Amino acid sequence: MPFHLVRRQESGMGIRIMVPLFSVLLSLLAGAVLLWLYGHSPLIVYESMLKSAFGSYYGFSETLVKAIPLMLAALGISLAFRMKLWNIGAEGQIYMGAFAASGVALAWGQWSAWVLLPAMILAGMLAGALWAYIPGVLRASLQVNETLSSLLLNYVAILWVDYLVLGPWKDPKGLNFPLTPRFTENATLPTWGDSRVHLGLLAALLLAVILWVIMRRSRWGYEIRVIGESWDAARYAGMNISRNIVLVMALSGALAALAGVFEVAGITHRLQHGLSPGYGYSAIIVAWLGRLNPLAIVPVAVLFGGMLVGGYSIQTEGVPVSIALILQGLVLFFLLGGEVFLSHRLARNDKSEVEG
Amino acid sequence: MSSIMMVEFLAAAVQAGTPLLLAASGEMLAERSGIMNLGVEGMMLMGAVSGFLVTVLTGNNWWGIAAALLAGGLMALIHALICITLRGNQVVSGLALTIFGSGLSAFIGKGYVGTPLTDRFAAFPIPGLSEIPGIGRVLFQQDALVYLSFILVPVLYLLLYKSSWGLALRATGEDPAAADANGINVARMRYLNTFLGGALAGLGGAYLSLAFAPAWMENMTSGRGWIALALVIFGMWNPLWVMAGAYLFGGVEALTFRLQTIGVTISPLFLQMLPYVLTILVLIAAVQRRAQEAGPPAALGLPYDREER
Repeated sequence: MPFHLVRRQESGMGIRIMVPLFSVLLSLLAGAVLLWLYGHSPLIVYESMLKSAFGSYYGFSETLVKAIPLMLAALGISLAFRMKLWNIGAEGQIYMGAFAASGVALAWGQWSAWVLLPAMILAGMLAGALWAYIPGVLRASLQVNETLSSLLLNYVAILWVDYLVLGPWKDPKGLNFPLTPRFTENATLPTWGDSRVHLGLLAALLLAVILWVIMRRSRWGYEIRVIGESWDAARYAGMNISRNIVLVMALSGALAALAGVFEVAGITHRLQHGLSPGYGYSAIIVAWLGRLNPLAIVPVAVLFGGMLVGGYSIQTEGVPVSIALILQGLVLFFLLGGEVFLSHRLARNDKSEVEG
Repeated sequence: MSSIMMVEFLAAAVQAGTPLLLAASGEMLAERSGIMNLGVEGMMLMGAVSGFLVTVLTGNNWWGIAAALLAGGLMALIHALICITLRGNQVVSGLALTIFGSGLSAFIGKGYVGTPLTDRFAAFPIPGLSEIPGIGRVLFQQDALVYLSFILVPVLYLLLYKSSWGLALRATGEDPAAADANGINVARMRYLNTFLGGALAGLGGAYLSLAFAPAWMENMTSGRGWIALALVIFGMWNPLWVMAGAYLFGGVEALTFRLQTIGVTISPLFLQMLPYVLTILVLIAAVQRRAQEAGPPAALGLPYDREER
């Protein structure tokens, strides 16, 4: 190769924006090649995706609807990833949050909304925290790989919800569909105008700001960032790593679970099979593309919400919905590949520089 | 359980364990070189779909196998490029591979859901051996891919522990700087084994779509890639232990299936949870055992930069 990588001292603002931007553009380009190979016109497909996601009041409102769970789950993930804790169990944590909130809604549907909704939120976040606590405590006390354990629990959580909606919680009037009876009015979140955008959006935005302040300004946020940089350094500084592992995992799970609570309280108004179309996985990409920065996660989640809405809409033109997943994977590839240029630059091979 | 039922059960366990064995053996190779690839699920799906498509199109299942090996290997090369050359994060890149693979396999397999397979891998009893009571049914009335895995495991074992290439591979994963100083090309070693790992994951996926199921369904691997990853840890990066773990899990899968058919009153959904819960228990057990025996390759997951030696 005529080039090699040289470590650079610092990365400017320019390159830090260019890398994510280019990763999105390049993934669209690679996706275009695939679409073209399958006989679709990439320009028409992308234009139609863009229009349906951002081109109308209704489309944009649906994009926001999808952005809410992505935002919340990505906030939780970013917290864990900051500490180099690879919590990839957000999908299961979403399901557990939805399960606990639904339990409260179905049992005490007559309570006033002012009591019922907070109770649902609390129960859901607690369930998500406990679900994430399992891989957390296994990691902290037994050094069990949290990546695998958190992921494996996703399957368990999804099967658990399936069991409920096909069994004990099934709607007797639901014609055998895998869903529970509809919640009472009191258990549903208020929405904006005639759209499906619910109060969860405000909560997500607020949490993004709170999390940003905690990470940047608080002593605890500083501790998390130090642990993330180097476990050894943190240990020498007398920080309690085990306690932070468990705490961060539980908080991360609680945030993801909130996404599940809002999905049942704001969108479906019942617990049902296939509640999340993989929000917990897409949120990993959202968090990484936002460079684990809570404020950056907000616009990235909106972009990805748009990608999901666009992906659904082009099905009518015969393009499989899986194109959205493909694009997401590609974005992450290019982003990861491009990140090296934040710390390195390309230099032309020079004989005098060999074995530097 | 009568002895005939027991034999049938063990034969089913070997069958169900084979895709796990193939994928986990591949991942073991990659991890031995220091590259952790969490994209096994995605590579298996790509192997399953390409194996199925090419078999349907050519009418020859061996072409399907070739396609599956290639598809899995090419997927792994993306991961290799990002992690080895561009020093990207291995955890996130592996996840990207799984997301990408599940999307791409669904995309290219869309028109083939429900298509019948003309040339599946059927049981092929080995003359003589298959007539041994008990063992004959369990081990020698299987399909060609199972026999292939029987050969693969001892070959991997010998390569890893008895060849100079295996020594170089292990050195690369334990201490890449020392390996480099001894004239081993660390990057090439890692590329090769990541590729081989992907090819075997692809083969494991193709086993599902060409022999086990045999059909193509979206996300038909249903978490087997992740179980394979756990089996590598459980097997302490040793091919023989990985094989034992794979058959143990094959047994659990066969058992859950059997319990459902004989009408056990537990909800089938709880039975389906069993492999995932068991995998977590196995991970815990593996840590306990690791305290006494072998741990992961020391440089697993860390990029290697010659200039920072």
